[in-house]
Amino acid sequence: MAADGSMVVPETGDSSGKVGSLRRFTRRRSTIAFLMTTPLLIVIGGLVAYPAMYAIYLSTLNRRMTQNIGLGNFEILLDTETFWMVIWQSCIFAVTAVLAKALIGFWLAHKLHDIPTKGQRKWRGMLLVPWVIPPALSTLGWWWMFDPSYSSINYLLNIFAVPSVPWLGEANWARVSVIMVNVWYGAPFFMIMYLAALKSVPEQLYEAAAIDGATGVQRLRYVTLPMMRNIISITVLFSLIVTFANYDIVRVLTNGGPRDLTHVFATYAFQVGILSGNVPRGAAVSLFMFPLLAIFAFFVLRGVTKRTKEEQ
Amino acid sequence: MASNGISRRAALGAGVAGVAASALPLVNVHAQGTAGTLRCGFWDHWVPAGNGAMRELCAEWGEKNRVNVQVDFITSVGNQNLLTIAAQAQARSGHDILAFPTWEPAAHAELLEPVDDVVNRLIGKYGPINSAAEFLGKRDGHWRGIPTVSGSQQKVSCARFDLMQEHAGLDIRAMWPAADVRGPGADNWNWATFLTAAQKCHAAGFPFGLPMGSFTDAVDWLGALFTSYNAKFIDADGKVTVKTDPGVRAGLEYMIQLSKYLPDDVWAWDDASNNRALISGRSALIFNPPSAWAVAKRDSPDVAEKCWYMPMPSGPAGRFTPYLPYFWGIWSFSRNKTAAKGLLEFLSERSSAEKQTTISSGYDIPPFATMSDFPIWKTEGPPVGVVYNYPIKPHHNATQSVAFAPAPAEIAVQAYNQAINTKLVARVAKGGETIDQALDWAARELRNFARG
Repeated sequence: MAADGSMVVPETGDSSGKVGSLRRFTRRRSTIAFLMTTPLLIVIGGLVAYPAMYAIYLSTLNRRMTQNIGLGNFEILLDTETFWMVIWQSCIFAVTAVLAKALIGFWLAHKLHDIPTKGQRKWRGMLLVPWVIPPALSTLGWWWMFDPSYSSINYLLNIFAVPSVPWLGEANWARVSVIMVNVWYGAPFFMIMYLAALKSVPEQLYEAAAIDGATGVQRLRYVTLPMMRNIISITVLFSLIVTFANYDIVRVLTNGGPRDLTHVFATYAFQVGILSGNVPRGAAVSLFMFPLLAIFAFFVLRGVTKRTKEEQ
Repeated sequence: MASNGISRRAALGAGVAGVAASALPLVNVHAQGTAGTLRCGFWDHWVPAGNGAMRELCAEWGEKNRVNVQVDFITSVGNQNLLTIAAQAQARSGHDILAFPTWEPAAHAELLEPVDDVVNRLIGKYGPINSAAEFLGKRDGHWRGIPTVSGSQQKVSCARFDLMQEHAGLDIRAMWPAADVRGPGADNWNWATFLTAAQKCHAAGFPFGLPMGSFTDAVDWLGALFTSYNAKFIDADGKVTVKTDPGVRAGLEYMIQLSKYLPDDVWAWDDASNNRALISGRSALIFNPPSAWAVAKRDSPDVAEKCWYMPMPSGPAGRFTPYLPYFWGIWSFSRNKTAAKGLLEFLSERSSAEKQTTISSGYDIPPFATMSDFPIWKTEGPPVGVVYNYPIKPHHNATQSVAFAPAPAEIAVQAYNQAINTKLVARVAKGGETIDQALDWAARELRNFARG
């Protein structure tokens, strides 16, 4: 390997200078790296960058898509009461659901970690089931359980003389139902990530803490949490983005109702863009959280990188 | 060239002969009169046999006209058809003919081939097309789609005649018999009578199953109610009138009364919930096409044989029937427009329309009033004649309507799909707002629909 990063190629006496430099170019490490990542770059460019740019372009058009109105769609949205409700609801939905998923996942991971390895696998498998079922399908199951007229949960409640709950018909219950299904679906992801993180915490740290007389809470605070900080940040970030973009659960359970009180960005964007034929405004709805999430992601990832460097 | 024994002239000659030989089969096919391929994307019918009828009709026409007709059926489940339309409109590529749901011809008018010639020939043969279809299918004076038979539906009253007789004292089969006459009491079939009947059936434990969510069944029936009070949320010029229109206020006040006698959960109902309420025997009346009865016939025959279809109640401005048509449209980028027009004209003719309606057990409604006499509506049962009053007959004295008409289509479609009318009622009846507060909210929303 040469100092400039190229691979050493034995010179052949009869090759011209041009051919030699081309060969050197193709054998440079950076060239090979570029060529090997080209398929991925094409995929990202075609399936991520292009659609994102196109969505931004769409959001600047008027309803008939004949004229550029700049940020006009965002201005109109901010002047719409329903859209403010959507912002508020999306934040409640995403923050509450992610917190609940993180806490439940953390607790489940600890419980699993305490089970001897032999019996751990079956529990891990069972707890992962909600996460591996396609959400549209499992949400349909939940919808049957919450069905306004024939709810099986209400049937069980009635057996114990508890009055029926309007799971999807009353705003607060509908919000609770939507968050509950999202937590049910997403908690196993947190569990498996935290379990992996827990397994990587060196046992010596706990032993040292025990020698120092640390309590369980102190061990959690001064050993477990600092060691899991990066994985917690990344899972929370990832889940927050995915939960903000959630569509299927709200679409299947409530379709945004009652009175738009469970709409989130994705369902509202679909209603405005596709169903109501206003594609540019729909694009503006779906892009609304993009800058905020991008800033959030920037700070979280910067923190992760900083901590990783410190650990090295 | 000389070195391998073939001269330049010989090579050229061989090349020309090769090209001619390869083109020969194409020429021959054209000489036989094939007019190319026509790609159609029709609506995937609820009734499985409905697709078969379309396929047969297309094959029959294709054979006669030597056109290779390729048919795809696109489901409306999960709004797959809307996504397909949006994608093809963006890509300027796809089928030649597509089935467009209610509001889509107006939304894509600029990309749709005018079909005035076909529609005018059909009108010449079968009389005028109903005004609701004209409102939706015509743009700037030109028809952008042909109102279909397949998939077009109306929502009329589907009631349990036994429960209505027992609890509300209304003999609905006598009021609206399976004949072209009005029976005793038909003249009083209005929203006031309806409210009394709703109250009595609710007290008896069989409330009317009227959805109040954001799905089409809810928006449609409520739209017809508001129209029968002469309510205009937005006028034809796009001016928001919801706050000042006396019809809106009157309709809203009526609905606040009626909502007291509906099941508690109607605010979360989807398009299937009302069907289930009827089929399970829990409801005395719903507004629906004959699909509700057809499913009851299969799953709950005891209920089905006690069902009877009749017109919507009338209001101060008349009797209005919610109408939800499909349109067949031809993309302006289609490569076979002439053949597409020929096929669509054939599919709209009386014999084709009757085939589609008969196979769908009377579900499909043709756009021409002169086609409301197909035998299927008389013979279908049990009870025989159950759907006789499903299509609008002259003695019904009814008009087809679309919620939020006569607002300009690009504003009306947003109000329709965002269910402004049901939410307006819900805000007062369930949200604790005053009528004025709710009307203020509706006015603000509607104004924003017109912007941008």
